[in-house]
Amino acid sequence: MANAVHPAAHAHGHDAHAHPGFFRHYVFSTDHKMIGRQFLFLGLFSMIFGGLMAMMVRWELAWPETQLPLTGWIPEPYMVDRYMTPAFYNQLFTMHATIMIFFVVMPILVGAFGNFLIPLMIGARDMAFPLLNALSFWVGVLAAIIMFSSFLVPGGAAGAGWTSYTPLSDIIRNADGTINNPSGVDWGQNLWCISLIVLGISSLMGSINYITTIINMRAPGMTFFRMPLVIWSLFITAILLLLALPVLTSALAMLLFDRTIGTSFFLPLGGGHVIMWQHLFWFFGHPEVYIMILPAMGIASDILATFSRKPIFGYHAMAFSMMGIAFLGFIVWGHHMFQSGMNPALGMAFMISTMVIAVPSAVKVFNWLGTLWGGRIQFTVPMLNAIAFVSMFVIGGLSGIFMAATPVDMFIHDTYFIVAHIHYVLFGGSLFGVFAAVYYWFPKMFGRMMNNTLGYIHFFLTFLFFNLTFFPMHLLGVGGHMRRIYNPMQYDFLHPLQHWNVFITVSAFCLGSTQILFAINLFWSLFKGKPAERNPWKANTLEWSAPTPTPHGNFGDTLPTVYRGPYEYSSPDVPEDWLPQDRALAGGKASH
Amino acid sequence: MQDLLGALPPNVSTYGARIDSLYHLILYITAIAFFAVEGLLIVFLVRYRAGASKRAKYSHGNTRLEIIWTTVPALILVILGFTSAGAWRDIKMKMPTPDVTIMVTGKQFNWEILYAGPDGKFHTEDDYQVDNDMRVPVNKNVRVMLSSHDVIHSFFVPQVRLKQDALPGREIQAWFNVNTPGVYEIPCAELCGFGHSGMKGTLTVLSDADYAKWVTEQWPPAGSAPAADAPAAPAGDAAPAGDTAPAPAPTPSQPPATGQPS
Repeated sequence: MANAVHPAAHAHGHDAHAHPGFFRHYVFSTDHKMIGRQFLFLGLFSMIFGGLMAMMVRWELAWPETQLPLTGWIPEPYMVDRYMTPAFYNQLFTMHATIMIFFVVMPILVGAFGNFLIPLMIGARDMAFPLLNALSFWVGVLAAIIMFSSFLVPGGAAGAGWTSYTPLSDIIRNADGTINNPSGVDWGQNLWCISLIVLGISSLMGSINYITTIINMRAPGMTFFRMPLVIWSLFITAILLLLALPVLTSALAMLLFDRTIGTSFFLPLGGGHVIMWQHLFWFFGHPEVYIMILPAMGIASDILATFSRKPIFGYHAMAFSMMGIAFLGFIVWGHHMFQSGMNPALGMAFMISTMVIAVPSAVKVFNWLGTLWGGRIQFTVPMLNAIAFVSMFVIGGLSGIFMAATPVDMFIHDTYFIVAHIHYVLFGGSLFGVFAAVYYWFPKMFGRMMNNTLGYIHFFLTFLFFNLTFFPMHLLGVGGHMRRIYNPMQYDFLHPLQHWNVFITVSAFCLGSTQILFAINLFWSLFKGKPAERNPWKANTLEWSAPTPTPHGNFGDTLPTVYRGPYEYSSPDVPEDWLPQDRALAGGKASH
Repeated sequence: MQDLLGALPPNVSTYGARIDSLYHLILYITAIAFFAVEGLLIVFLVRYRAGASKRAKYSHGNTRLEIIWTTVPALILVILGFTSAGAWRDIKMKMPTPDVTIMVTGKQFNWEILYAGPDGKFHTEDDYQVDNDMRVPVNKNVRVMLSSHDVIHSFFVPQVRLKQDALPGREIQAWFNVNTPGVYEIPCAELCGFGHSGMKGTLTVLSDADYAKWVTEQWPPAGSAPAADAPAAPAGDAAPAGDTAPAPAPTPSQPPATGQPS
């Protein structure tokens, strides 16, 4: 444990309560590791609800307007005699996306792994602002409570899509003084706005903390270009959050004012403009996509290098391509709006910038392949999930080119092709990244190993059912199947495609059920897993130099000194195939 | 592989063929990239598995490779971008001389179709307004003036490959030219509320003779008594919602048909 000799630890007053009570240890903890675990459980808990909502949406699409089993407890007006109402259907897909994006992927990738990994991997004792960090988590919980509770207010939860396009999400005041609430949702939409404003504050606190910590608190010798790529990715993600979130917060405030105090930011009758919402939303929304995928890219990079026992291929190209993605991510938002009525000339410009942003993504894929090339690949559970991340991200990236081409987008925009694309990026990408990260860092987070057999079964079934669920959605989209419709059978031209909806739904149920294996493995391993050694994967980065379980202050008496980059696997300097960043070599050899 | 297992609905419009060929071009390019990358991935996974190799290569990368695999995709994508830009310009930015102009206004949850009538002017006595029933002649340039009374809707005709959002407070022009007579659905493609699903109209594309016949039924030639089935919509009712909506151009479309009476 840190003691009085170490002013760095003292600056945070860490050891004042080295053995805090239960409440300070598990609930209002300021320890970054505990906050990371808290974010992880918040995300996994929300995932249960987000997933169940997806299942209900899928039932409706496969067997439209039939009675849903097991839903007798849901009251009217959501379900009437176990029949789903169209308004409730809209709420379900809206909240499925909102929860998965804001309360699952972001809390886990950014909140959980950002908090847990940044101090450990840069060799710091904690975050720069531990109290702000705790506040960030609890404000996030408040946001989640507001969001989930919106199902309980009259009129139900928000139902205008996770994008909440105005004026559907707005309240229209007509020229004759009548008021039109086009979505039929009352306070649910207001709570949606409030929840995301609150969550924005939480994320802002987190991102300021991450940026400050990474800039100021790196261990001696940890230069920027010796940082693991996962830290690079979290650093860039934090900058994206800092720059993009205030725009969403402003837009949400404007929408809330429109709805509650009678402004007309997005209402043409009052002099506002409906498309302005889309510009503001996607100015945030596109960087948001990269906020959700960059950390997974970093995670995959670290795991691929570790289990290929090989340095990452093109470290600098990997770091610079993430910066390129982050920068370009701010000038491609218009590609969500090609058919919105935005000036077509502007659409052309956004098409070119969108084509350009595909290049750094391609560079990353090639470098991952380069990392595998000539390696000594160990097929551990985290490695399989990281490989799945790469191969699924390839599909999600390639399908994006179809939408980038504006004329083709004319046809596939707002169809299931888009739904397929976003799920290949966010499930195939981000979520396989999450699984890889949980399996990989679980030993350090919880001091125990996860069960391997269950891990392999969970991986293979998830990979199989994921593809069976989402790949056919490309076919539906190319067939013209619109997204967000309640009953495909209302359209003659969709009748021949309905068998795919049934197929997808059955696959989705299997995919959902498979996740029970993950939950069992997680909880069983938490209490009964094999105790983990300090460095079970023989990895190089600093978190594996910290003791397991990792004490408050992380590194004991002295902070590590960093001598080299994070990926010195199979280095000719040493007989073993790994060389930790903080191991001093005779002769002071400090490569890369 | 012709069109991703034949999934595209049959195309019936002039520019649809161009969109489809672009789609196929991208499909072939991405299919090649897909099989190359995933194939290489599998080869590496098998070839370099732990059991088959002793010690990993100690390599930090290769600058020449980085340059190659940055520039090659960049070139392909930029070429693809400019190819698409040409089609986009011709479809969205160059409006051909319209033969027929129809106003389409979305409202929860119907398409309001407004025909100008024989005088070719909107908001006059001989206008004809109907919900969801859009009739156009084959092989003619049809201009659609899109707007909305309430929320955003999206005018989508899958077989025509046309999709364009309809906004309240703004009038957006789109066009198409269909080469096959038939009846096609016009689903709304943008979430517009609880009745979004099922909001659809029909686009009936008529041969010249059938279209002329329909026009004569709607607007009987001068001399005969005004037909009861041709309700003349008062101008006020048909105006798009929102005071910012521009007034329809005073010199609009030609008469709706070639076989135009009077």
